[in-house]
Amino acid sequence: MTDLKQPQKLTFQLKSGLCLVALIITIAVMAPWFAPYDPYVQDLAIRLQPPVWTSAGHWTHPFGTDGFGRDYLSRLIYGGRISISIAVIVVAISAPIGILLGLIGGYFGGRIDAFIMFIITTRLSLPVVLVTLAIVSITGGSFITAALVLGLLFWDRFAIVIRAATQQLRARQFILAARATGASHLQVIAREVLPNVGMQVLAISTIEMAHAILVEAALSFLGLGVQPPLASWGLMVAEARDLFFFLPHLVVLPGLAICLLVLGINLIGNGFQSSGRV
Amino acid sequence: MRNFLLTRVGVGLLVTVIVSVLAFSLLRLSGDLALEYAGVNATLAEIELLRHELGLDRPLPLQYIDWAQDLITGNMGYSLFTQEPVSALMASHLSVTAKLAGMALLFALIVSIPLGIASAYKQNSWVHWLETALVTLGQSVPSFWLALMLSAFFGIYLGWLPVAGTESLRHFVLPTITLGIAVLPVLTRITKTGIAEVLRAKFIQTARAKGLSTAQILIVHALPNAILPIVSLASVQLGQLLAGSVVVETVFAMDGIGRLALLSIERVDFPVVQAIVICLAAVYVLLTLLADILNMLIDPRLRINT
Repeated sequence: MTDLKQPQKLTFQLKSGLCLVALIITIAVMAPWFAPYDPYVQDLAIRLQPPVWTSAGHWTHPFGTDGFGRDYLSRLIYGGRISISIAVIVVAISAPIGILLGLIGGYFGGRIDAFIMFIITTRLSLPVVLVTLAIVSITGGSFITAALVLGLLFWDRFAIVIRAATQQLRARQFILAARATGASHLQVIAREVLPNVGMQVLAISTIEMAHAILVEAALSFLGLGVQPPLASWGLMVAEARDLFFFLPHLVVLPGLAICLLVLGINLIGNGFQSSGRV
Repeated sequence: MRNFLLTRVGVGLLVTVIVSVLAFSLLRLSGDLALEYAGVNATLAEIELLRHELGLDRPLPLQYIDWAQDLITGNMGYSLFTQEPVSALMASHLSVTAKLAGMALLFALIVSIPLGIASAYKQNSWVHWLETALVTLGQSVPSFWLALMLSAFFGIYLGWLPVAGTESLRHFVLPTITLGIAVLPVLTRITKTGIAEVLRAKFIQTARAKGLSTAQILIVHALPNAILPIVSLASVQLGQLLAGSVVVETVFAMDGIGRLALLSIERVDFPVVQAIVICLAAVYVLLTLLADILNMLIDPRLRINT
């Protein structure tokens, strides 16, 4: 009864998510064309200019300038690059690890699966945020270490979901048929199982991208992620925190930017998930 | 059932031991702790002396064994910064975090369970849309930013609530909401999918045919059948709340474990850092075990089959 209405809502969610993310990616990739100024050029003579919607604001700097006199709109635009790269790098590292573990555990079962489950449990017991903070801090915080550490830690959801999906596939006729025709385990996993968990991989990828963006922003906010002068949205909030009551937009805008990007990614993910194919 | 529980306890212990090895070696392999601790102005000789004093010049396995032996006897070492025993330091900070995480989970459950049930029961109603909107937004808001927004609005602009410290229960309101919103989406989702699935079962039709009220059907018949994953997830989330309170405790200046961890990381106070990581891992293991036991108490089928 309600099922008939579902697809329309889905495509709407999926469409709006895709539009939002495509828009942000376009702006971030073509940042040099969209940004009116160089985001790193400091000019203390024009520091803390108010945004255009206040009476003292001016169109030369639509969102005003930050404490170093850098154009805020340009920094916001460049900040998108950090968030998007973190999302892509983290998933590019974590997805293969998690998918591999999930496929092996789910396909072979028995002791091998018990061992994989043990690895997953161990990973889940590790307090990720603290471990990341500690490692990034000791190695001297940088964009690359943060991305690598998060990538090496965020594979748990891939492993859990792919393992469950593989378990369900294992007993299906076409897997048995492939085995009967003489295909090796590796061939069966690569040709029969892997293509059938594609939707799950997509859905988890969106969840983990959103997760990675939020954690990177939090790390940078705490001062242990992306380092100045790079423009990361989390770092921008931290830098402007003391100015909240003079120029609230300096804190509000980077936060909104994170919300919009993560919202877009989540809408795409929800679209995949509730389409019933996952 | 006894075998199952024994296996679970065994696996839990093994996991904790492995996490302790991981935490211990990761800290030491990521960089030169003596160098970091000594600071930029130390001479090479000073750094070497410090390395020797801290025992960092010894082979890693030996360092670990010594530390683990102390840990078993309840000695977690001493903070390099305050010289206090780590166990005392942890004990004094744990109560704040435990209170915060517990209240955040309670808040999230109080909102998410009714919301999830209502949304599953009335699809395509305003409740359903409210639920979708809340879940999607809740998933997308960065905690540190939400904390700043809430403290600016309710704390400074309206002046209703304090924005820093832990003196009274009122100090916990904004941190609880911030942290609760972080776990609200997933708890709502799991309640909704669970209830929606149960509502399709035949015994729900029977209950309707018997003329039971909607409330009776939902609370007496549907909820107990959807509660198992909620219990499991809630316990996992509580573990993550304890570990994830760093940001909220920092923004609201609360002296909890998360803030202690961040400060210790910044001061290269590694005895404290590794103790916190291991304690959190142990708490997580314990919570998942408790959830399994709780589920067995709720559902007799689990007691027979395993």
